[in-house]
Amino acid sequence: MNKIIIIIKREYLTRVRNKTFLLSTFLLPLVMMVFIFGSAYLGAKSIKQYKIAVKDETGLYTNKLKNSDAAFYAFPENASMTNYRKEGYDGLLMVYSKDRTNADSARLYSEKELGLATDEAIKKQLQKINEERLLLAKGVSRAILDSIHAQSEDEDLLNYRSYKVTGSELKEGNKKLSSIVGFISGIIIYITLFIYGASVMRGVMEEKTNRIAEVMVSSVKPFQLMLGKIVGIAAVGLTQLLLWIILIALLMTILPMIMSPEMMQQAQNGQALPDGSAQASSAANMIAQSTGVDIAGANWLLIVGCFLFYFLGGYLFYASLFAAVGSVINEDPQEAQSLMLPITMPIIFGFIMLTSTIQNPSGPLAFWGSIIPFTSPIVMMGRIPSGVPESVPYWQLGLSMLLLIAGFFFTTWLSAKIYRTGILMYGKKASWKEMIKWAFKKA
Amino acid sequence: MSTILEIQNLKKYFSSQKAVDDISFSIEKGSIFGLLGPNGAGKTTLIRMITGIFYPDAGNILLNGKKFDPVNDVIDIGYMPEERGLYKKMKVGEQAMYLAQLKGLSKQDAFAKVKFWFERFEMGSWWNKKVEDLSKGMGQKLQFVTTVLHEPKLVILDEPFSGLDPVNSNLIKDEIFNLAQKGTTIIFSTHRMEQVEEICNHIVLVNKGNKILDGSVKEVKQQFKQHIFNAELDKLPATLQHPSFTIVEQKGNNLVLKINEGYQSNDILLHFINQQSVVVAYHEILPSLNQIFIQLVEGTPNSRQFQTVTA
Repeated sequence: MNKIIIIIKREYLTRVRNKTFLLSTFLLPLVMMVFIFGSAYLGAKSIKQYKIAVKDETGLYTNKLKNSDAAFYAFPENASMTNYRKEGYDGLLMVYSKDRTNADSARLYSEKELGLATDEAIKKQLQKINEERLLLAKGVSRAILDSIHAQSEDEDLLNYRSYKVTGSELKEGNKKLSSIVGFISGIIIYITLFIYGASVMRGVMEEKTNRIAEVMVSSVKPFQLMLGKIVGIAAVGLTQLLLWIILIALLMTILPMIMSPEMMQQAQNGQALPDGSAQASSAANMIAQSTGVDIAGANWLLIVGCFLFYFLGGYLFYASLFAAVGSVINEDPQEAQSLMLPITMPIIFGFIMLTSTIQNPSGPLAFWGSIIPFTSPIVMMGRIPSGVPESVPYWQLGLSMLLLIAGFFFTTWLSAKIYRTGILMYGKKASWKEMIKWAFKKA
Repeated sequence: MSTILEIQNLKKYFSSQKAVDDISFSIEKGSIFGLLGPNGAGKTTLIRMITGIFYPDAGNILLNGKKFDPVNDVIDIGYMPEERGLYKKMKVGEQAMYLAQLKGLSKQDAFAKVKFWFERFEMGSWWNKKVEDLSKGMGQKLQFVTTVLHEPKLVILDEPFSGLDPVNSNLIKDEIFNLAQKGTTIIFSTHRMEQVEEICNHIVLVNKGNKILDGSVKEVKQQFKQHIFNAELDKLPATLQHPSFTIVEQKGNNLVLKINEGYQSNDILLHFINQQSVVVAYHEILPSLNQIFIQLVEGTPNSRQFQTVTA
């Protein structure tokens, strides 16, 4: 027992003292922050107000087009295709009257693409004015029209809300937040499974290629060596996670102070952004929410607890498999690729399942994905934020956790047997058949 | 002298080979024991069973008269495998401390012993160097130190001199003698016969998983002597022919003779004396271990054929 602790200590210290650990720990949150705020910033900047010259032959729209974020209208007398650029306009909007074509028609000309936002803004304005004109023509009075406008512009006209019903209890649904939290925790588990799993594999490969393995197993049991490495790296992972949480919390408090209020506004009104930056806006949204804007309705303690469980459980489940693969590989990294495939496939599969789980956290795919230990660490984290026990009944959560723990014992037992033989085999690549034979032969 | 290690009918079968097939021998305390055999003879498998890495399929290993317990007896064993290495990124001092602690030494004990051996081998300045900065020979020295520093009763060295220059080879060799003198038993596995002749008291030769020779170096040489003598005469006698011997080789007055059956070495001497030849030198030529090794192993295929084992 004492020997395992010595091994854990070495595995932990050599990694934590390593420069790459420090670098990845401190750079990753920074890169993430820069990415999120950077795209929010670019999103805010990307709506440019273009100056549009309007040449209206019908006269119906002149001076009626309302300026918006995306378009500023001017109605110069002499605007034409040839001179609008010189006059300092970005585009020329021509409204032709009936006698030129069959119907009234509008055309926007510009040298460069003015973008979807401007296009939409102009179209909307034209339609609105047209609609107004038609209504007035049908005898609706100006006063009625204005009062309708005043009411419909109030967005909260219908006071739309969605609720989750648990028995007699009503809870305000927070689909956006829960799916974001689920998605992000799923992604973090997905990435860390790869990072730390590969770390275990490389560690085992190092021991084998350095020929230290035989020296080691003459002092300790192969199982102790494997478990020491796995637990040591788990401790490294937890340390890194903790540092990330601290760092992100720090950045979260510092960054809003530096950022302009306009950009924070932008970050919070994710919906208002054009399509391209939707992703960034939802991430920014989450930040805005977790900084205290909207934190209601979620059981954070449960989410964090489950995250830690599935983070560790998933890692432990896969780490021993990675160790087994590392033990049968010789110097050739090509071998690692092909042998890793059966392990990486279920992880990637879990990630694919995660995306559909977010959309339907109670569907059959989400259910099975979150029960089977190969994918449960990723998929279950996508479900939990949508509500326990509403979306994920307690028995499902319990079963999933139990199966993950049982799975961990099984993979470790299986891997230990492959590892024990593989680590002392030199020069020869083990086939799957041989590995299975090692796994099931008697001690 | 008492027996430290006793191997009784040890067997280890792999799916394609009988790696060790019913081998027994015993090793006396404080002796330097040579475990010899061609490549793939089963030496490494045998050693791995003695060090507790493999479990034998059948048979017993007795250490100090008690059944060998791989978990608790590792403190008594120091093993330097043929495939050996170190953690490249670790510092030399930390590496030695780590391996010593894994053998079961406390931190203080480990530190004292590492210090002692580092000074003895003039390695004190290496402490904070990384292992990857050491030359191959330096690495070997470090490996030797980590093998013996916990003062094991049984040290197993598999090809300990490979990659060492003559100076460092002698250093290690002296240390082996030194340890043996203090009562440490050493198992020395190699196929470099001249080293065996120089170092070992007792040898066992294994081939194809079987023991084919067991005895002290002296006994083995006697067992395989071919009754060949070297005689140097001041002048050749008139008649060189005699029924007691046949000439194997003749270089001037120097003769290599083989005694014929039914005669003794003195019969040859008498012949020369009777012929008025002065015998300047007369001694028996014993076969070298190398010759015995080749003689015994030759004729068996160079590499072991794979066989199906039904165990």
